[in-house]
Amino acid sequence: MPPLLEVADAHRVYSLGSIFSRHRLRAVDGVSFTMEADKPEIFTIVGESGSGKTTLARMILNMVRPSSGAIRFRGQDLSQIRGGQARLAFMKQVQPIFQNPFEAFNPLKKVDRYLFMTARHIAGLTATTEIEAATDEALRNVGLSLGEIRGRYPHELSGGQLQRIAIARSLISKPALIVADEPVSMVDASLRMSIVNLLRRLRDGMGVSIIYITHDLATAYYISDRIIIMNKGRVVESGAARAVLDNPQHPYSIRLKQAVLSPEAAGSAGTLLAESAAAAGQ
Amino acid sequence: MRVVLDLFRYNREFAIGVVLLGFVVIFAALSFFSPFPPNDAFVVPPDVPPSWAYPLGTTSRGQDVFWLLTFAIRNTLLFGLAVALISRILSLVIGLVAGYAGGIVDRVLMSLNDTFIVIPLFPILVLFYFVMRDKMSWGLLALAMSCLGWAYDARLIRSVAMSLRTREFTETSIFSGMSMRQILTQEHLPYVMPIVFSTLMNNMNWSIGLEVTLSVLGFTDINTPTIGVMIYWANQHTALVAGIWWWILFPVLLVVIAFVGLFLLAVSMNEHIDPRSRLNRVTG
Amino acid sequence: MTVPVLQVQALRAYYKISSFGLDREVRAVDDVTFHVNANEIYGLAGESSCGKTTLIRTIAAATKPPLRVVGGSIVFNFAGRAVDMQKADDDTVAAVRWKHLSYIMQGSMSVLNPVRRVERSFVDFAFRHVGRRMAEFLDIVSDHLRRLDLSPDILSAYPHQLSGGMRQRVAIALATVCRPEFIIADEPTTALDVIVQNGVLAMIRDVQKELGSSLIFVTHDLAVHANLCHRLGVMYAGRLVEEGGTREMFRAPLHPYTAHLVASLPRIGNTEPKKGLEGTPPNLADPPSGCRFHPRCPLAREVCRAQVPPMVEVAPGRRVACFAVTPPARAA
Repeated sequence: MPPLLEVADAHRVYSLGSIFSRHRLRAVDGVSFTMEADKPEIFTIVGESGSGKTTLARMILNMVRPSSGAIRFRGQDLSQIRGGQARLAFMKQVQPIFQNPFEAFNPLKKVDRYLFMTARHIAGLTATTEIEAATDEALRNVGLSLGEIRGRYPHELSGGQLQRIAIARSLISKPALIVADEPVSMVDASLRMSIVNLLRRLRDGMGVSIIYITHDLATAYYISDRIIIMNKGRVVESGAARAVLDNPQHPYSIRLKQAVLSPEAAGSAGTLLAESAAAAGQ
Repeated sequence: MRVVLDLFRYNREFAIGVVLLGFVVIFAALSFFSPFPPNDAFVVPPDVPPSWAYPLGTTSRGQDVFWLLTFAIRNTLLFGLAVALISRILSLVIGLVAGYAGGIVDRVLMSLNDTFIVIPLFPILVLFYFVMRDKMSWGLLALAMSCLGWAYDARLIRSVAMSLRTREFTETSIFSGMSMRQILTQEHLPYVMPIVFSTLMNNMNWSIGLEVTLSVLGFTDINTPTIGVMIYWANQHTALVAGIWWWILFPVLLVVIAFVGLFLLAVSMNEHIDPRSRLNRVTG
Repeated sequence: MTVPVLQVQALRAYYKISSFGLDREVRAVDDVTFHVNANEIYGLAGESSCGKTTLIRTIAAATKPPLRVVGGSIVFNFAGRAVDMQKADDDTVAAVRWKHLSYIMQGSMSVLNPVRRVERSFVDFAFRHVGRRMAEFLDIVSDHLRRLDLSPDILSAYPHQLSGGMRQRVAIALATVCRPEFIIADEPTTALDVIVQNGVLAMIRDVQKELGSSLIFVTHDLAVHANLCHRLGVMYAGRLVEEGGTREMFRAPLHPYTAHLVASLPRIGNTEPKKGLEGTPPNLADPPSGCRFHPRCPLAREVCRAQVPPMVEVAPGRRVACFAVTPPARAA
């Protein structure tokens, strides 16, 4: 059985600048990893801004083409996906969750609309009863229901609810892979853990593999199975999540872990913060 | 509907604009009650100044200025509206597609757009008249002017479309399986409509202005009464020199009222257009 | 007992919105009382729409309609002189701003003029307060930068040429060049990467120690509070619900909301299951009656719906507003 997702030496280069000085930005610089089809897992990509993690996510979602290298989903190279039908078939299996729950939906439109659209176009359901049933089921999986959400506009809901609806929408077609780009960084702390726990339930209960992209090592430790740490487009360290985070080897990973602030330091009044210039490495 | 009422109550320019334009529209509607067919001449004594029998006076061709004016303003308004509508559709389609599709499609459409922007309107329209001469009709002229009037606003709409393209809800729509056509009409159009509406008013002013100019100089079908044509005939009969001032004053006055009304409406729509204030109202 | 540098008493600040015939009153800050001592970092924690940003704006006397202070007082104590920012006239406020009271905002670009060199921002903000000639002033600025481990070369750079972290450090240097007694920091490190954030926080710590200023540090990130602040206040739905020294707040939180926030923090090396909080943050235009946390509180009882729990001092320097901790006094 071909692997669920195979990223083979993917590169993405952007050419910036004017006629006189062009400058090549290597957003993704040779990333490779594989996810197996019969083993649902939470695969985490950790990196700071500029590490290339979001570009990598967009390549996996087939929103951006790699400059070189290949990305294969179930054995099929993504660049082979052409035409409306093939794209819809791909989107049935691979769905995104974005960072900003308030931007994920059009503020002028009702949110249930996107769920119905997904059911109709991606899951291919036709009868209204089927569509509503599928929507309701997906919403119940995330702890909501169609009755609560029907007819509501984004501004009437909290960030946590909106993000859950976005997750429900991505679940409607029963995808094999969900790419979640910083799904909880803009959600309130009190609501954050319920969404993080939800991602775990999706893996265990529904057999969905999740690519979890984040800069937050603590939540990564909490739910990941495997992890890769990216810096400037390259993978600097990878492996089983707890092993890597308990004992990082690469200098960048070590610095990253040291920089994470722990609530255990309460009351230290800054004494545990590293020396300002050295740590920032400006 | 509630929006319109709200605007009327709270925005003075909108209210005045509505009143002025309403007055002009009612005036135009009166044309359906005219006792004289529009093109008949010498049906009343000529050159009579404004009086009880003829409230706005009569022309040197023996037409009642009042009733003639109702036809004139009606035709002028309809013409302006036709041009504005057709050119809005053109600028919408071109702007939205260029902004959304990007790449080569965008570049081709924008090159086309820039070509049309720099075309000098007036000489082209005069040329058009000379080429078409006998086959010239208002419909053809409207079509020609629409083809010249879409370019500016297409760029405006394109820039809005471009910014909407990068917003996350567009990507949600894509992953919900919506086609480009569906996304443009259902997701992006509501953001673009207020701009379209406001530029509609501006465009109407522009096309009315152009029509009046062309007609005064005789470059249109001078047998159909419009504001410009009325002034043309007044000039032909040297009305100002002969002292028949009412033949010129009243059409000019009425078209100025129409202009100002349309302008105020366009200006007051701008506050409504601003997406931030719109969202403020949506979120209550 | 020394006079606190800032004393906020029973402050109420509401947004009165009236647009197109719709009237709403958003009670963003509702009866907040607290104080900040000299030479201390006071952390203000809370989630979105808890009112902390409005509170900060009110303290900085930067309120604009529709935000209005409806009641209470804000009194600073600068070098023995009491200044009531609400009652002070424009001249006093301008004299106080930057010399005694300065701020560090979340977006450094909102402070640094993007089309002028960094030096210009220093001149715009601080020159009039320092009161020397330009050459001397620039020397003072360069010294200040050097002491903060920044190269004076940045003065001739444009903001966009600097990285986000560097810009934020410049903003901190800018806020401290006049050696103010009180600094307001509103989410200064929220948009920064973890490693950069660490450096910026260390810089804030160093600056505070050197100047002996007081700081109000606003952020929703509890881990930052744990590592930086001396005292911590937690806000929920426009009210202060708990306050105390940082260590006790984390070791033994009293208010159920604080307890939940602390317990649900994921930590490296810890895989115990954590729970999210039920319900959603309240709508400040129509908040729940009584204790605003009661719809989501696991310890809620009848009285919580009916009465607003008062802020009670349960230990020196430790206050909490919760009926589960301080049962309501029975009528005599």
